[in-house]
Amino acid sequence: MSVQTTEYVASEIRSPASFFASRVFIYGALVFWAFICLFPIYWTITTSFKTAVDVTQGHLIPFVDFQPDWKGWRSLGLSPDSIFQTSTVREEFLKRFMNSVITSVGASSLAIVIGSLAAYGLTRYRYHFAWFKNEDISFFFLSQLILPPVVLALPFLVLYREVGLLDTRVGLILLYTLMVLPIVIWIMRDQFNSIPVELEEAALVDGLSIWGAFFRIVMPIALPGMVAAFILAMVLCWNEYFFAALLTSTDAKTIPVMVASQTGSQGINWWSMAALATAAIAPLAVIGIALERYLIMGMTAGAVK
Amino acid sequence: MANQTLPTNAWPADAAPYDLISPSRKRFGWALMAAATLGLLAVIALEILYKTEADTVGFETWRPVVYAYVLWGVAIGIGQVLTRGEDGQRALFLLPALLFTIAMVIFPTLFGFYIALTDWNLSSFSGRKFNGLANFWQMLSDPYYRNALFNMVLYVLAVLVEYVIAFGLALLLNSQIRARKFFRVVFLMPLMLSPVAVSWMVGKSLMEYRFGPASTLARYLGWENPAFFSDPIIARISIMVLDAWTFIPFMMIMLLAGLQAMSREILEAARVDGANAWQTFWQVTFPLMLPVSVTAVILRIIFKLKLADIIITVTSGGPGGATDSVSSFIYREYRDRSNVGYGTMLAMVYLIIIVVFVTWLLKFASRFVRNVN
Repeated sequence: MSVQTTEYVASEIRSPASFFASRVFIYGALVFWAFICLFPIYWTITTSFKTAVDVTQGHLIPFVDFQPDWKGWRSLGLSPDSIFQTSTVREEFLKRFMNSVITSVGASSLAIVIGSLAAYGLTRYRYHFAWFKNEDISFFFLSQLILPPVVLALPFLVLYREVGLLDTRVGLILLYTLMVLPIVIWIMRDQFNSIPVELEEAALVDGLSIWGAFFRIVMPIALPGMVAAFILAMVLCWNEYFFAALLTSTDAKTIPVMVASQTGSQGINWWSMAALATAAIAPLAVIGIALERYLIMGMTAGAVK
Repeated sequence: MANQTLPTNAWPADAAPYDLISPSRKRFGWALMAAATLGLLAVIALEILYKTEADTVGFETWRPVVYAYVLWGVAIGIGQVLTRGEDGQRALFLLPALLFTIAMVIFPTLFGFYIALTDWNLSSFSGRKFNGLANFWQMLSDPYYRNALFNMVLYVLAVLVEYVIAFGLALLLNSQIRARKFFRVVFLMPLMLSPVAVSWMVGKSLMEYRFGPASTLARYLGWENPAFFSDPIIARISIMVLDAWTFIPFMMIMLLAGLQAMSREILEAARVDGANAWQTFWQVTFPLMLPVSVTAVILRIIFKLKLADIIITVTSGGPGGATDSVSSFIYREYRDRSNVGYGTMLAMVYLIIIVVFVTWLLKFASRFVRNVN
């Protein structure tokens, strides 16, 4: 085997020149795309440290092109000199931030709980629900994925007003749960399918109940999948804009809605916009870097057999 | 209700009914479910009577009905276990998600079909009037809606370009490179970030006509008048680019997983047979990747059909509705004109169109994949 591998590598390197050229091409393309991915983020972060002049003159590099300034962050009440003073903007920002955290964590948790249970049931037992069988029930859940938000938005607007859930976090949590539930069920079905049934059979023989076997045996094994589904759901809920824009006004407004509504009467304050955008994307950027493995796991569930 | 979920004992095979259910327990379970159903119906009936002012006792909002539904769900769950023992316990796995989804989807969608048949403007005082298919006829002669539908076709076609780029990136990440993890994290980044925040910063400032670096670069490259959002065609392309930036990583990750799952032996065999890199890709890699590719493209199209937030934040459909997607058009129909009835009709028609389209797409894709393999 090892001999074959060296042969393979040797045939790969035909001549030093062509090897070098292909290396240059590959790394050039990689660096180019990395630049495309990172430049908007770089632009957002640096703009939050610019003054009006620096923005309109298109300065790019801090300390070389322009002197960083806390202006943007001060307008949010988050700069070093204003952080200990009272600031209504900061209070509003923190309120929106907490709304985003509560709705996305709440919705993801709820979706994980009911989604995992349903996925487990669907992979392990056979159901008949009237004339619907397992495949039909699975399809029913997954088909929710194609339902565009715009179809539900207006009926929900009316219904939520009748039920008194308009502009509440609970209302948003319920909708977001609905939105991510198909994805959670998709990922968790894949997870449970990869766990051998024999484990639970052994547990049942040892006297555990069905639910006991699920909680004590299956859950711990499926935990990485649950984390993956949870994080993917978090990302989707955190970034959701459409429902939040339609169904919230003062109390339950989330960060994306706050970002989108930042057009002042005197045009756009780029520096405070950029600071706000930075604050909105920072939590997910951190999650993305730290938990990238789980994200990839969630996204590739069921894609490759 | 109770007979509707009937797990047959597929697994584990319980030859003997080892938990025997006493008749009294069974009766209690039935009584509980019946009582809960009656209670739910009673609350709904009371609320309807109150709202139609047939009686004076009732609740201000419909919220008690929601609570009643939740309690009813709990009672049904308990009743299942009481009457059917272990089978009931199995049904309990599925019930929460099922009751939740039915309540959240079926009822609002049916209600939506009703709203679609009414003339209802939130800002007018006349309230809701049933007007049959009038909204539908109005829709047929609405050039903006037709334009939005046409744009959706263009936006969906753009997925193919995204697919080519994503495939290229996946191949790059799969080749023998250093710092693979670093590049993977960086390439994944755009997917994580809020499209609203990013499209604000990119669409409105990076691509700003006077000072944006993208415009500066375009001028440098010889485009004299780099206005990204004033010409209808260029504006559409700009929206496609912004959306592609966000979602290319999604396809890239799926394709990368597919590439990594491919066995090296097949590639080596191709090489031994004297195929060059180009031939290997088209004769071996690409056909083997077809199932993954189809899954990635279909999922991406499904997400694309929901495209709205970038358009709402960057162009609000402009110039002159040229960049509107169906979702953003309906959003403005409601936000600017409070036209709930008409907007819902548009949404319902869109729903029917995409259900038909996606069903066809799935059929087509499965046949396509089978024929090639």
